[in-house]
Amino acid sequence: MPLYKEGSIAPIAADDQLAPLPLADWLKAPTQAVMLANTDVLDPLKNHMGRLKLIALQFPKYTDGRAYSQARLLRSRLGYRGELRATGDVLRDQLPFLLRCGFDSFESNQAGFGPALARARTLFSVVYQSSSDDRAPAALLRLKLRNATAEALAAD
Amino acid sequence: MPDTHFYRYDDYDRTLLSERVEQFRDQVRRRLAGELTEEQFKPLRLTNGLYLQLHAYMLRIAIPYGTLSSRQLRKLAEIARKYDRGYGHFTTRQNLQLNWIKLEDAPDAIAALAEVDMHAIQTSGNVIRNTTADHFAGAAADEIEDPRVWCEIIRQWSTLHPEFSFLPRKFKIAITGSPNDRAAVRVHDVGLRLWRNPEGQVGFEVIVGGGLGRTPIIGKTIREFLPKDELLAYLEAVLRVYNRYGRRDNIYKARIKILVHEIGVEKMREEVEAEFVQNKDTSLRLDPQTIEAISSQFAPPALSHRSAVVGAVEALKLENRDFALWLKSNTAPHRMAGYRIVTASLKPAGAPPGDASSAQMEGVADIADAYSQGEVRVSHEQNLVLPHVAVEDLPAVYAALERLGFAEANVGKITDIIACPGLDYCALANARSIPVAQSISNHFASLAKQHDIGDLKIKISGCINACGHHHVGHIGILGVDKNGVELYQISLGGDVDFGKTSLGDIIGPAVGADRVVEAVDALVATYLERRDEGERFVDTYRRLGVEPFKERVYATV
Ligand code: HEM
Ligand code: SF4
Repeated sequence: MPLYKEGSIAPIAADDQLAPLPLADWLKAPTQAVMLANTDVLDPLKNHMGRLKLIALQFPKYTDGRAYSQARLLRSRLGYRGELRATGDVLRDQLPFLLRCGFDSFESNQAGFGPALARARTLFSVVYQSSSDDRAPAALLRLKLRNATAEALAAD
Repeated sequence: MPDTHFYRYDDYDRTLLSERVEQFRDQVRRRLAGELTEEQFKPLRLTNGLYLQLHAYMLRIAIPYGTLSSRQLRKLAEIARKYDRGYGHFTTRQNLQLNWIKLEDAPDAIAALAEVDMHAIQTSGNVIRNTTADHFAGAAADEIEDPRVWCEIIRQWSTLHPEFSFLPRKFKIAITGSPNDRAAVRVHDVGLRLWRNPEGQVGFEVIVGGGLGRTPIIGKTIREFLPKDELLAYLEAVLRVYNRYGRRDNIYKARIKILVHEIGVEKMREEVEAEFVQNKDTSLRLDPQTIEAISSQFAPPALSHRSAVVGAVEALKLENRDFALWLKSNTAPHRMAGYRIVTASLKPAGAPPGDASSAQMEGVADIADAYSQGEVRVSHEQNLVLPHVAVEDLPAVYAALERLGFAEANVGKITDIIACPGLDYCALANARSIPVAQSISNHFASLAKQHDIGDLKIKISGCINACGHHHVGHIGILGVDKNGVELYQISLGGDVDFGKTSLGDIIGPAVGADRVVEAVDALVATYLERRDEGERFVDTYRRLGVEPFKERVYATV
């Protein structure tokens, strides 16, 4: 399936050195890349964060959102910094959500996926909640604005 | 026009709304161009409130915490006129549904909503839905704190939540800020009840896994007391547990209530608390300044002192019996003396419950401007509420509502019926609901009789999905299909008010459409004969049990 990353509109070549193994196989001989089912628990990966370069998560159907929670736990709780790939039924309209949950590579068959990825971050300039992408939610920006105004008034 | 006394959108909110409109416009364009299949498009349109019904698309517009300004209500009237057939339907979930929308028009209709800071985001689909609240919030005499502050905080947090936009199933949250629960918090996926603990702090009781539908379950408390500033940390924990472990193999078993039922409330609590420990004290904790900034926008309007006893009102009471009845059933205590909360009944005799024409919406908006601080509420009983009316103005408000056909003195009475759209609109229906409601309403039209019968809630659903809440009706009526014939199953003793949540018991075999009115009449007659002083219908039922009622129904039917 075509693989996309931000920065390229055309599909990119997958790195053959990083073929992800299903969790059960990977546990027997941990490599740099693992593929999780969306029902897999994350605990066994905890001590391998330094080793892992690629984790592939699965969307059996695009309406099955379990991998979003896995992604957030990997990024925000286990501190995973390597590549996080969305695989399966991945469609362009999921991109704003996927990006915010920390995915940074995408397998998709959908026509127009590359151009959509290039524009995905521009769709929403405001977000309402903190997630795994370090964007400041509106509430925080408002707080800063209020404090800056208060400071300016105090200095005046 | 008076200022609003609830959350006011700023540039952040407006930017997000307009970006959302443009995103949806593009999605509709791609659908019409054939770039998206219906299957791919469905979740996208649903989370923009666009539902496919029997005859056309329906647009479900969110009315967050049931609160509207007169300006917003006028805009809804305009949208109903321009993009629909000049009327709308207020639902039990504090939404407005327009039943005849064209797909091509939907983006423009949604753009028009955004002009008055409104939207249809997440009113459908497997997402966190519009959070509902007590419709008397901010006005009720018995309130501890205004729940709408927290609804707004949840609205923002849940809107386009990246992790929780593809849940196993829909997710509904309700909040009450008063000991007399008017928001049915025990039959929601999450119910939140604000209360003051013995140390004097106000926090939330968190109830999880309630719901109606085909498996009605009363929610269980998983947290007795949650500090307010940890609300989002806790909700995020609940949602994460649900998103990961909720069933996805069977749509009928996908609600959180089934998860709680299957793993047990103890295990659920354990899982949620384990998640919560990790979330608390993070950026999810609400900053006191953020809470304060939102709270201050819900500050009650500065109401001038008005007298609580007004000669003209007393005189009219004696002169006009209907007005006297209306005062009793359609007005409620306000937290300030000299004011009442007025309910405009959207259930005039024989009318489809909850419908309002554009002209009627505009009429209510005018009354709100003149007499209720420009504010209107939508109740889960499908009525409209004028929250701040001076006692002195009650005769004028009554007269104005009468002109609109919304002054029926029947709030809480037998003709204040909740009914789902049923077979007239809904693709899932087994039977019609609205015509049944209309016949009952016509049969019991006499106000004197209704007031003699007293508080009695009839709730009607056209199928097992229970959109009409029949499980919690004092009398519940459920449409079933037997070999292509529409039949109605009757249950008794459901309740959802004032924290006394109970589910009704089915009394026996279903009856034909032409017999529903007779059956209800038999139930009422039994009650009238057997009631003790001061007993409501449901109290008599609880005392006597089902037998006498059942006997009478099946003797006549
Ligand atoms: C006309 C199209 C409608 C359709 C196709 C529809 C569909 C459904 C379905 C399938 C359920 C069951 C969900 C479950 O148990 O998992 C449900 C529940 C519900 N719906 Fe509707 N509905 C419609 C209209 C309405 C309206 C107009 C209202 C408000 C008056 C409403 C309010 C509710 C409520 C309160 C519940 C049940 C309680 C719960 O969520 O546990 N629905 N609906
Ligand atoms: S209860 Fe059934 S018939 Fe009524 S609106 Fe819901 S799904 Fe439709």
